[in-house]
Amino acid sequence: MSEARVGRGVFLTTVAAGLSSLWWGKRVWTGVSRAIGPVESLVPLVPSGGWRIYTVSGSLPAFDPATWRLELAGAVRRPLSLDYRELLALPKAEQVSTFHCVTGWTVRNVAWGGVRIGDLLARVEPHPDAHALRFVSAEHPYEDYLTLEQAGLADVLLAYEMDGKPLSRAHGAPLRLVIPDMYGYKNVKWLRRIELVPREGLGYWEQLGYDQDAWVGRSNGYGA
Amino acid sequence: MSRYVRRFSRTERVLHWANALGFFTLLGSGLVLYLPSLAVAVGRRPLVKDIHFWSGIGWVVLLCLVVLAGDRRGILRTARELDRFDRDDLRFLLARRPAPQGRFNAGQKLNAALTAAFTLLFFVSGMLLWLGERDTRFRLESTVILHDGLMYAALVLLAGHLYLALFHPATRHALRGITLGTVREDWARRHHAKWAPR
Repeated sequence: MSEARVGRGVFLTTVAAGLSSLWWGKRVWTGVSRAIGPVESLVPLVPSGGWRIYTVSGSLPAFDPATWRLELAGAVRRPLSLDYRELLALPKAEQVSTFHCVTGWTVRNVAWGGVRIGDLLARVEPHPDAHALRFVSAEHPYEDYLTLEQAGLADVLLAYEMDGKPLSRAHGAPLRLVIPDMYGYKNVKWLRRIELVPREGLGYWEQLGYDQDAWVGRSNGYGA
Repeated sequence: MSRYVRRFSRTERVLHWANALGFFTLLGSGLVLYLPSLAVAVGRRPLVKDIHFWSGIGWVVLLCLVVLAGDRRGILRTARELDRFDRDDLRFLLARRPAPQGRFNAGQKLNAALTAAFTLLFFVSGMLLWLGERDTRFRLESTVILHDGLMYAALVLLAGHLYLALFHPATRHALRGITLGTVREDWARRHHAKWAPR
């Protein structure tokens, strides 16, 4: 009886398809996810709408509205310390933007609510020699930096709401940075302190070799 | 009293369970890394990442050790057996008609080929994720999609495998073969008619 080597055929075809998907996977997945977009909002295709929760320490910081404060300090004339209620009382900005992780996953159409950085800076009056912002997370030792110019982009937000609800613990409660043009690692979660500094330092991931300017599609080895 | 015949060698059985152990360790630690609800509940991400990474390395090393320390020729023979599909195999798969099967039926051969391919792809994409975190030259935007997609595909395959091995009345006797090595002779004749047990 004739025999065919189907086993190795299946094996090699699957391996070839899998390896080649390293070049086409993201494009196809984006296309599929766009095409079924309206359905996906009802029945998420992947858990939690595609979010993953990345942390660098042993546990996630807990948020207590009674004791939480946001410190604005560094090279400023009038340092400021806000509690949660004072934060919510600031002028509110809303936006819908896409979140890109440097590892390749993307969550589209995230609705954010929060405060524009400019509104805060106006209250603390930065020194003229301050050109960057240091964002310090309650998740020690996570921090990152933006230049004042980057922080002034129209869709940069200090977000305390996500998809119409207060920011959850997993997403950085109660306050996180959102800069859609840059990869997620610049979008510091669990913000506790913002400092005005003369120039940018190296953030947590930058110290491990990631790019300082994490523009989506044009940094960290992409789009070169 | 029914007679028993040997279906799987010790090397085959150890290889199967070593693979299962590695798979479930990686699935468990991987899901903690992947699912936000588990990630939040468990925390300790750097530790879970280390566990996942070293389980992956350990898995591949273990599989190689089992083959090297075990019956290498026997495993090669088994691989050839799994590779070759005859007309009855194709009829069994494509026409879904009963056709006499060898020691492995065509579905088992297919499962073996896919599982082997998934293992290799899991390993390659996992190494790329690990390396990419350390060096941008290894970072590809689709690696994480491949690694996650493989998890879903492997889960579908596993669900079918577990159903047939644990629940389906006609096939669940095979579980005895992969644990103890032997199966009932009458069962072997019925389900694997072309296999001549030695």
